Amino acid sequence: MSIETFYEVMRRQGISRRSFLKFCSLTAASLGLAPSFAPKIAHAMETKPRTPVIWLHGLECTCCSESFIRSAHPLAKDVVLSMLSLDYDDTLMVAAGHQAEEILAEIRKKYKGNFILAVEGNPPLNEDGMFCIHGGRPFVEVLKETAADAKAIISWGACASWGCVQAAKPNPTRATPVHKVITDKPIIKVPGCPPIAEVMTAVVTYMLTFDRIPELDRQGRPKMFYGQRIHDKCYRRPHFDAGQFVEEWDDEAARKGYCLYKMGCKGPTTYNACSTVRWNGGVSFPIQSGHGCIGCSEDGFWDKGGFYDRVTDIKQFGVESNADTIGATVAGVAGAAVVAHAAVSALSRARSGSNDQNNGGK
Amino acid sequence: MTVKTQDDEYSALTAAGNTVYVYEAPVRLWHWLNALSIVILAVTGYFIASPPPSVAGEASENFLMGYIRFVHFATAYVFTIAFLVRIYWAFVGNHHARQMFKLPVTDPAWWSGIWQELRWYLFIVKLPRKYIGHNPLAHLMMFFSITLGAIFMIATGFALYGEGAQEGHWSHMIFTSWVIPLFGQSQDVHTWHHMIAWTFVWFVMIHVYAAIREDIMSRQSMISAMISGERTFRE
Ligand code: HEM
Ligand code: HEM
Ligand code: SF4
Repeated sequence: MSIETFYEVMRRQGISRRSFLKFCSLTAASLGLAPSFAPKIAHAMETKPRTPVIWLHGLECTCCSESFIRSAHPLAKDVVLSMLSLDYDDTLMVAAGHQAEEILAEIRKKYKGNFILAVEGNPPLNEDGMFCIHGGRPFVEVLKETAADAKAIISWGACASWGCVQAAKPNPTRATPVHKVITDKPIIKVPGCPPIAEVMTAVVTYMLTFDRIPELDRQGRPKMFYGQRIHDKCYRRPHFDAGQFVEEWDDEAARKGYCLYKMGCKGPTTYNACSTVRWNGGVSFPIQSGHGCIGCSEDGFWDKGGFYDRVTDIKQFGVESNADTIGATVAGVAGAAVVAHAAVSALSRARSGSNDQNNGGK
Repeated sequence: MTVKTQDDEYSALTAAGNTVYVYEAPVRLWHWLNALSIVILAVTGYFIASPPPSVAGEASENFLMGYIRFVHFATAYVFTIAFLVRIYWAFVGNHHARQMFKLPVTDPAWWSGIWQELRWYLFIVKLPRKYIGHNPLAHLMMFFSITLGAIFMIATGFALYGEGAQEGHWSHMIFTSWVIPLFGQSQDVHTWHHMIAWTFVWFVMIHVYAAIREDIMSRQSMISAMISGERTFRE
């Protein structure tokens, strides 16, 4: 059996040619490509055999999947999702039990070295991986096996990318991000808790159509969506620059929609596309609904002190206090020491001075 | 006068009433420019983290946070360039200009000097030793707080700056691209930039106190040495 092209799959799914072309230009736009790329995408989809995707679930909460199936461009969702569900995604596909596991084995064999492995969640390594069981076996084993045959891996969400809440201190199950377990395959991190639906579909579409990995930053995230901070594109930024801040959740400034910096907004330290792509079809995003960014797409965001503090705690010193508390305390001690030392110095000088006089001075 | 050994030179030079030219003009200029920029950086940095109360009026009429950050960044450039020039001077200047950049850890006399200085500050010994350059304890503190501290603040500071300036800017290329991945994310870089900022405050408190105290109590001139460059020995 020859492998179908994307276009054939789409047509079989009942998508008209007109809709297909619309999808191509939409995708070009969401990837930030010039309109001239739309025909190229169309051409690629018409001629290239489709790349299958296997979607595995480790230790996770399924919020990535929930986000994904709410992708705002219905076309993109239908297209990508139908391509995915054809293959393997244990929470979305119809097959279950042994039947499902057979499909997995079959895809791995048939498309060896050619499929994309999308991982949602991560493997816990403690107790030989027994904290997450997949088809009767530790998830970490399934992950390693499947990854060995994959062309590339997508790490969905903060779990697969960084570890997220299950890896937060003290991380009892030793939940470990995918790139620390699989080291010999290209890995694309799409962090966020969850990542934005349109970002997810765009990353998959990019890889399927262009047959290559989008340009990544040093930490393995696609630059086109993670190249800027929330703060760089936040619509409240004029209030930040002006020095207009919300000081209390129910103050006048909050009603006026001032900047949430003093309420601990993590927009200045968070790389994601929320302030441009937004959520739920571009309806809103956390800052727009009045709450600061909590930095959910950043490494270890659970362990970085309060979501509502601007100057966050430093955990390394054992006691939980922030740089200002530590700094001011030491400065206070140093100040007191200086004053005391100056007093003793003056005293001892006065005494030795009188000695000098007794001895005739100098 | 025939100088036989270094020790001889030392005691000859440090004889009471002698004056030695120690700090050349670029070192002195750097010292005061550096001191001024650190004060400005610490104050503006504090307000970046804890901004003053909100200003009223239309957003486009105000630019308070913008100005605070601008002053921080402009001063940061002055601080950084001055530091680079100071490094250059360590190569071409006299040997006192190099002192701040290296610790003579293999020299037992230096260690005993630290011990001696500690006992001097604890009022155990009655007379401090004489030094043409920095005393060993001050030297140690300057190396860690200023030499290493400045490198840390410049690297983390420009890494944060490059985040806003974004890819393509030199600061992003030289610093952001590796400093942020090294710390894991931007938030820890903010936290540590902030924490080390406080070590500068601690240094300045102790340093200024010690400079004034030594000026009065030690056996050599201090503050005037950082102004005229000449150190005069007493007793
Ligand atoms: C932000 C404030 C300051 C900083 C960061 C600072 C830093 C330094 C550094 C790094 C040196 C070593 C210079 C070198 O080897 O090139 C130094 C020396 C010196 N500073 Fe400061 N300084 C500050 C303020 C002051 C003030 C206010 C005074 C005067 C009261 C002062 C008096 C001196 C003196 C006398 C020396 C020479 C010490 C010696 O010969 O051992 N400094 N300072
Ligand atoms: C002794 C030198 C310096 C001191 C004491 C200092 C102090 C501070 C402090 C306390 C903060 C607030 C940190 C936070 O909680 O976010 C800060 C932020 C910052 N500093 Fe510095 N800094 C110094 C040097 C520099 C240098 C050399 C640069 C280079 C450009 C720099 C760039 C920045 C940037 C970009 C921020 C973040 C601003 C923002 O998030 O809006 N700093 N600094
Ligand atoms: S609300 Fe947050 S992201 Fe927006 S400008 Fe203020 S600090 Fe930046």
